[in-house]
Amino acid sequence: MNHPFLILEWLAKQLPLGMSPEQLDRYGYFGHVTGVWMVMLLLIGVGLLTRRRLGETPGALQNAAELIVEELERLMDATMGPKGRKYFPLIATLALFILVSNLISLIPGFAPPTANINTNAALALTVFAMTHIIGVREHGLSYLKHFTGPIWWLAPIMLPIELIGHLSRPLSLSLRLFGNMYGHEVVLMIFFALMPMLVPIPMIVLGILVALIQSFVFTLLSMIYIAGALEETH
Amino acid sequence: MDYFSWCIIVAGFGMAVGAVGPSLGQGLAVKSALEAVARNPGASGKILTTMMIGLAMVESVAIYVFVVAMIILFANPFTEHVLTLLAK
Repeated sequence: MNHPFLILEWLAKQLPLGMSPEQLDRYGYFGHVTGVWMVMLLLIGVGLLTRRRLGETPGALQNAAELIVEELERLMDATMGPKGRKYFPLIATLALFILVSNLISLIPGFAPPTANINTNAALALTVFAMTHIIGVREHGLSYLKHFTGPIWWLAPIMLPIELIGHLSRPLSLSLRLFGNMYGHEVVLMIFFALMPMLVPIPMIVLGILVALIQSFVFTLLSMIYIAGALEETH
Repeated sequence: MDYFSWCIIVAGFGMAVGAVGPSLGQGLAVKSALEAVARNPGASGKILTTMMIGLAMVESVAIYVFVVAMIILFANPFTEHVLTLLAK
């Protein structure tokens, strides 16, 4: 599914970026990568702007930022417990990044970077690696007990099951986000091709809902995975 | 060209079959969640959050089917092989 016009693609063709138009046509212009960079710049810019205007009497930006941070903290405390506070930056970054990249498709001329499997695989692999790093750092070698099950003689059966379960996490995380966002794009394109006026609008409203729910689910699942690595074996 | 018409048929039929199970499951999940909220409206926030996670989990099965259908349609690994065989 190709968008008729994308601002970043147009910019990539206008600016001399060391690639000729033929090369861009041949290799593609990596819309998801430029999209990710744009979302990153947007988030960092808003963050810096908010930090500069930090004060005793909060302005509009600070109010919004405080609301987001407080809600996220509340959610984290409910799912991960007091130990999870350390990992707030990771979770909050994931949440804000995925939310903004999902919602950016509402602006005409932008495609969501999360509608590409590579972006989502990168995010999911980050979560996957972080869970195990956190698990090893928290428990040391006894982190292996997470994989061997409650009874020692069940370990040969439990180990493959746990391994497959852990390996399927990044797959399901990335494919879920990708399928939802890409499917929404496809549906929008088909409706747009059928009738360009008014008909796609209900789908766009549904798409906002899907974007919110999927970013929430991704964040919550990462929280649950990290909490699972944090908890003691029983 | 028969191969490609079969691809389209398989993608559509797979999506149709793959949508049945998750939609039934989601219907059951929403039904139970609504019953729980009706019994105890105070716990609606927690129930709805859990329901959303469950729904997303169930939905991922349908999403896998969708991804497979899209692979069959747009990124079929055997397309070139079939085209070279057809060209013979």
